[in-house]
Amino acid sequence: MIRVILPHHLRTLAQVGGEITLEVPGPVTARTVLDALESRYPMLRGTIRDHQTRQRRPFLRFFACAEDWSHESPDAALPAAVAEGEEPFLILGAIAGG
Amino acid sequence: MSTVRVLAGTRKGAFILTSDGKRKNWQVSGPHFAGWEIYHLKGSPVDKNRLYASQSSGWFGQVVQRSDDGGRTWSTAGNTFAYDGVAGTHQWYDGTPHPWEFKRVWHLEPSLTDPDTVYAGAEDAALFRSTDGAATWQELSGLRKHGSGPDWQPGAGGMCLHTILLDPLNALRIYIAISAAGAFRSDDGGQSWKPINKGLVSNFMPNPTAEVGHCVHHVAMHPSRPSVLFMQKHWDVMRSDDAGESWQEVSGNLPTDFGFVIDVHAHEPETLYVVPIKSDSEHFPPEGKLRVYRSRTGGHEWEALTRGLPQSDCYLNVLRDAMAVDTLDECGVYFGTTGGQVYASADAGDNWTPIVRDLPAVLSVEVQTLP
Repeated sequence: MIRVILPHHLRTLAQVGGEITLEVPGPVTARTVLDALESRYPMLRGTIRDHQTRQRRPFLRFFACAEDWSHESPDAALPAAVAEGEEPFLILGAIAGG
Repeated sequence: MSTVRVLAGTRKGAFILTSDGKRKNWQVSGPHFAGWEIYHLKGSPVDKNRLYASQSSGWFGQVVQRSDDGGRTWSTAGNTFAYDGVAGTHQWYDGTPHPWEFKRVWHLEPSLTDPDTVYAGAEDAALFRSTDGAATWQELSGLRKHGSGPDWQPGAGGMCLHTILLDPLNALRIYIAISAAGAFRSDDGGQSWKPINKGLVSNFMPNPTAEVGHCVHHVAMHPSRPSVLFMQKHWDVMRSDDAGESWQEVSGNLPTDFGFVIDVHAHEPETLYVVPIKSDSEHFPPEGKLRVYRSRTGGHEWEALTRGLPQSDCYLNVLRDAMAVDTLDECGVYFGTTGGQVYASADAGDNWTPIVRDLPAVLSVEVQTLP
């Protein structure tokens, strides 16, 4: 199981409490994690990545094992600790705005 | 007794304010979607418990919400707003071509006859329609592609399609307005469009009477007389008696002809309301006095309505979609401010009372009159 932590407003939108756990078939990458996330929580479609381009929204960042994965290829394999459920895949909102 | 439901969209959520027909005691529900910008929410005229809300965020983009129980519960609807075909370019602030990019929905206009049909006015300017209760959206791209689109450019708030008026007497006629492109009309249900800006004069433009480029802030009509339109432009209050084919200025004795809102009394088609605002850039009421101006003559002659409104040290704004009227026998008038107040008048504007004082900045106000 893959663990995912969403920013507050997306937890509210998806009506989930804390951490989410997901079954991710095949290789565990940012793309497959987000595909599984949006499949289970369709209300999140378009809020993390663009509907058409699948690009990460500019004010969001992805972290895994204390490393910034925001600018890695979405098809790069995430760390084994994430794939094995020991560490979460973090989606963070930038600190900006009021 | 009738009930009035006021739908307020704010910078940090939606609020639903309800009262009986006396409009003295109000119950406040909210914030709904706390922390999100709610540019607009509006109810279907044929199913008053069907509400649509535009929820957006600089972080998370656009979400559309739908309620089937008058706003007690909500569910997310479709949020895919894809421009039809190649999006193309419009003008940027400096006149250079800039690609069309969807940013948010400014206005949702439910159909007058079908609760599952709703129109969405978007930034960058485009008109979308859903016929399945907001599950899916299709662009009515005849507007963006009719020819003048490459000449449109954003106003200070962005290049937004903010006004959608559906003609109650002609199901095929739709008016829209874009800042800063102007007003447009379709006579075939949204398939084809024409600019309707003759008579508008905008001195900030190289050609002040150009066919497009005008910064229209809002347009209103009375449902009994939908070919008569009233417009608050960036400067000038305007009137058209021929469905927008020509416009005449009716600013008259207003202290400033700049402003954002304009609306029409529910039962008197020649009674108008505006809130004059000082410009450029200041965007607060002249002399620090919050005054609604009413014309009972369809423009030209205006009277200041001040009872119950702050008459000193008031430096807020009233944004373009933040005024509405109810349809009770004695017409109620409502407006919201960037200072977080929603003011109501239960006597057509003679006296005003704040329903709420301390909401986040109010972006939009709509009113439902319920049996």
